[in-house]
Amino acid sequence: MPATAINPMTSTDRIEKTVVLRAPRTRVWRAIANSSEFGQWFRVKFDGDFSVGKTISGKIQIPGFDHVPMEMHIESIEPESYFSYRWHPYAIEAGVDYSKEPTTLVEFRLEDAAEGTRLTILESGFDKIPAGRRAEAFRMNDNGWTSQAKAIEKYVSAS
Amino acid sequence: MSRHRNSAAPRITDAAPVFAALGDPTRARLVARLSTDGPLSISRLSEGAGVTRQAITKHLHAMDKAGLVRGSRHGREQIFELEPRRIEKARRYLDQISADWDSAINRLRSFVETDPPA
Repeated sequence: MPATAINPMTSTDRIEKTVVLRAPRTRVWRAIANSSEFGQWFRVKFDGDFSVGKTISGKIQIPGFDHVPMEMHIESIEPESYFSYRWHPYAIEAGVDYSKEPTTLVEFRLEDAAEGTRLTILESGFDKIPAGRRAEAFRMNDNGWTSQAKAIEKYVSAS
Repeated sequence: MSRHRNSAAPRITDAAPVFAALGDPTRARLVARLSTDGPLSISRLSEGAGVTRQAITKHLHAMDKAGLVRGSRHGREQIFELEPRRIEKARRYLDQISADWDSAINRLRSFVETDPPA
């Protein structure tokens, strides 16, 4: 029987993405480290600037999720090279206090590339997220998170 | 926002920590082994595992409790097999978050690539 090939060790704990963006590092850095620019592509409206050691809140700007508050605790800002924060992944159910639950760490790493800027995004710490939360997030997804994301993508690429 | 979900606490505790169960390299290896070879006895799973049979048994029982594997008796032997549905669910959660990052990266790409550099 078969099927579920599991990559031992860390495969369940982290998500890693690497892309090359055709834009200078300064430009990419600003899009990430400036909270209002971050908000524009991430679809969230923050109430202030990113600052190390501070927690910033924002409102998700996605139809159907606009009641959802979002919080990011900024861990590190190293200009033009590294930005990291902690948050609660999929903390989207109204009425639930997520503050006592484990967070994941999200890291953005910037490097020069021939064509522009290499960006690596690493989110880790999923092993600590309670299984019940994960099931819940999955249900949420069934309720339209995916289709919302698709709609936005279409909107953005059309405009 | 009200905190009407105090019932969440016991639910989280009894919801099996699938990911934590896999966090241990021995357990991850057991899952990999069961996924390629199918149901196996404790003695087979202990072969070449580098840890004692007792340790393997303990891991398997913990994983059984977490819903990752299912044990059954065959005569004097206890056979364990994967509970793929549970693992699948955990993986789908990561797949979903991964897909969300892909969309976010696409939006970031059009944001920085269309914007004239400052």
